[in-house]
Amino acid sequence: MTVVDPSESSPGTRAAARKERVAGWRVGVLASPAAPVYGALIGIIVLAWIVVTIDGGEFLTTGNIVNMLQRSVALGIVSLGQTVVILLGSLDLSVAALISLSSLVTAQQMDGQPGNVIPAILIVLAMGAGVGLANGLIITKLRVNAFIATLGMALILGGIIENGWSGPQGGVTDAFSQDLGYTRFGVIPMSFILFAVVAVVIWFILRSTRFGYRVYAVGGSEDVSKLSGLRTHRTIIGAHIVCSLTAVITGIFLASRLKAGTPTVGLDGGYDLESIAAVVLGGTALTGGRGGVIGTIGGVFILAVLDNVFNQLEFNSFVRDVVRGIVIIAAVAIYARRQEKKA
Amino acid sequence: MSTENVAASGFGADEQDRGRRFLSALASTGTIFILLLILWVWITILNPTFAEPGPFLAYLKRSAPLVILAAGAYFVLVSGNFDLSVGSLVTVMVVVAARLIEGEPSRTWPVILLLLVIGAVVGFANGFISTILRVPSFITTLGMLLILNGAVFWWTGGAPRGALSDNFRSIGRQGIEGIPWIEQLPWSVLLMFAIGAASVLLMRADFGRQLIATGDNERAARLSGVRVDRVRILAFVLSGVLAAVAGILLGGFGGVSAQVGKGLEFDAITACVLGGVVLGGGRGSVVAAMAGALTLEALFTWLNLQGISGALEDTVQGVIIIGAVGFAAYRLRGAR
Repeated sequence: MTVVDPSESSPGTRAAARKERVAGWRVGVLASPAAPVYGALIGIIVLAWIVVTIDGGEFLTTGNIVNMLQRSVALGIVSLGQTVVILLGSLDLSVAALISLSSLVTAQQMDGQPGNVIPAILIVLAMGAGVGLANGLIITKLRVNAFIATLGMALILGGIIENGWSGPQGGVTDAFSQDLGYTRFGVIPMSFILFAVVAVVIWFILRSTRFGYRVYAVGGSEDVSKLSGLRTHRTIIGAHIVCSLTAVITGIFLASRLKAGTPTVGLDGGYDLESIAAVVLGGTALTGGRGGVIGTIGGVFILAVLDNVFNQLEFNSFVRDVVRGIVIIAAVAIYARRQEKKA
Repeated sequence: MSTENVAASGFGADEQDRGRRFLSALASTGTIFILLLILWVWITILNPTFAEPGPFLAYLKRSAPLVILAAGAYFVLVSGNFDLSVGSLVTVMVVVAARLIEGEPSRTWPVILLLLVIGAVVGFANGFISTILRVPSFITTLGMLLILNGAVFWWTGGAPRGALSDNFRSIGRQGIEGIPWIEQLPWSVLLMFAIGAASVLLMRADFGRQLIATGDNERAARLSGVRVDRVRILAFVLSGVLAAVAGILLGGFGGVSAQVGKGLEFDAITACVLGGVVLGGGRGSVVAAMAGALTLEALFTWLNLQGISGALEDTVQGVIIIGAVGFAAYRLRGAR
C-alpha cells in the first residue's frame, strides 16, 4: 500500500490519508488528557456569557476578567502543588491549615517593618518545606497512609493555630500588600503572574526533570518503580515538599490580599478538598500516574468562572454549593466515559 | 499440583492452618484492642469512677454514633471506596428532622422512616455514580457533601429551624430504666451492639466475602462471578442508612445545629484505619473498625482528663492518630 504514488491515489486512499492526518491531530491535541478539560472550560465560558448577558449583566469586561483571574490565583497555586502529590498517588489534606498558618506567620514576622518582608517570606517558605518534609517522612518511613498522615497534620497545624491566635494577625506591610495583592499590568494582576510563574516552574519540573519522571513512575506503580531501582521514598518526600511550598505561597498571597493573617482563611476557603476537586476536574487520575499541570489550570478556571457567574447572578451561597457539587461529579463522569471508550 | 496438596493436608493440617490464620488476624487487627485496653486502664487510673457501670455506659453511649458510623465507613472502605458524605448526611438528618417534626410527637416515627429512606437514597446515589458512572468515589462523595450541605440550608433558609420532639430525642438520650446495678441501659448502646452483631453476621455471609473480594482484587472478584457493582452500591447504601441512624442518635444528644456532623466523615475513616482497615480495600475487620471508634472516643476522654482541652487538643489528637496508625502499620509488617 505504501508503494502507491500519492499523486495517483484513488479518492479512497486520499480519504484514508486525510483520516490518518486527522487521527494524528487527535492524538496530538484532542487525545491529550487536558483536551476535554478545556472543552468543558470553553463550554462553561460560553454558557456563562449567555446566562449573564440574558440576566442583563456583562461577562467579558475588563473588570470581570481581572476579577476571575484574581480569584483563581489562591486556589490555583495550591492546586498546582496538589497536582504533584496526586500524580504520585498520594494526596494532601493539610494544605488548608497550612495556608492559614502561613498567612498568620507571614503577618507576624513582617511586623509592619518593610525590612522584614524578605526574611518573613524565607521563614514561611522554610516552614512549608518543613511541613512537607514531615508529611513525606510520616508517609514513607512510618508507612502511614497519606490520607491519615495529612489529615493528622491538618489537626496538628489546626491546634497550633488555635493555641497561638484567636483572631486576625496584623503586620503585613502596606507596600507588600499593595505590590502582590493589588498591582496589575493591564488586565493581568501581579498575583496572576505569581500563579503563572509557579505553574511554569512545576510544569517544567514535571515535564523535563528526573524528579518529574519519577513522580509519574511512582504514581503509575510504586512497586514497579521500587523494583526498577528508584528511590521512591525520596520522590514521595520531594513531592510533598513541593505541595507544602505551594500551600505557603498561597498563604503569603492571601496575607497580602487581606493585609493580615487570619486563622480561618484556609479552612473557610475549603482549599483542602477544593484543590483536590480542581485537580480531578483537570483530568488527573486520583490513583496517580496520569494527568498534569495544564489540566489542573483548566480545572481551576472552571471553578473560577462558576464562582464568578454565581456572584453576578447573586446566587444564594447554598445553591452555589449544590451546583458546584453537581458540576464536579458530572464533569468527572464525562471524563470517565471518555477513558472507557478509549480503553 | 493442587491434588497433591489436598492429599497431603489432612484434617490436622487444615486445623493448624486455621489456627495460624487466626493468629495472624489477631496480630494485624489485635493491636487496636490492646490500644483500647491501655486507654481504658489509663483513664481508670486518672479517674477511677470511669470503670463504674454508670460512667462507663455513658462513655459507650457517647461513642455509639461514631461506632455506628465507623461500621458504615468500614463497608465502603473495605470494598475499595471512600464515603466523605456521611458527616454532611448526619447534619441533613438532624436539620430535616427538626424542620419536619417541629416538636410534634406524633410525627416522630414517620420522620424517622423518612430519614432512613433519605440515607438509603443518598447512599444509592453515591454507589450508582461511583460504580456505573465510574466517577472515583472520593469525588462522588465530595460532590455529594457539597450538594447535601447546600441543599439542606437552601431549604431551611440558612439556619436550622423547627424543633425535635421529646420522643425523637429519647432514642439518643434514654434507655431501659430500672435495671439493677447499671440503672439504665441506653437505647443507643443497645443499637450499637445490635448493629455490631448484624455487621459481623453480614460480613460472614456471602455479601461480606464478596465485598472483601471486590476490595482486594476487583477483576478477580468479577471473574469469579461476584456482581462487583451491586456489592459496592449496597455498601454505600449501608453507609447511608447507618449515617441516618447516627444522625438520629446525635439529634437526641445535642441541640439542632448546622455543625453537628462536621468532620464526622474523617473521624469515622480514622477510626477504621486505627482498627487496621486498609484504605484501598480488601483488608480489615468490622469489629476492629468499631473498636477503632471506641478507641478514638476514649482518646477524646483521655485528652480531657489530661487537661489538654481546647487549643492544643487537636494537635495532640493529630500526633496520636499518626503515631497509632504508624504503630499499627509497623505491627502489620511484623506479622507478615
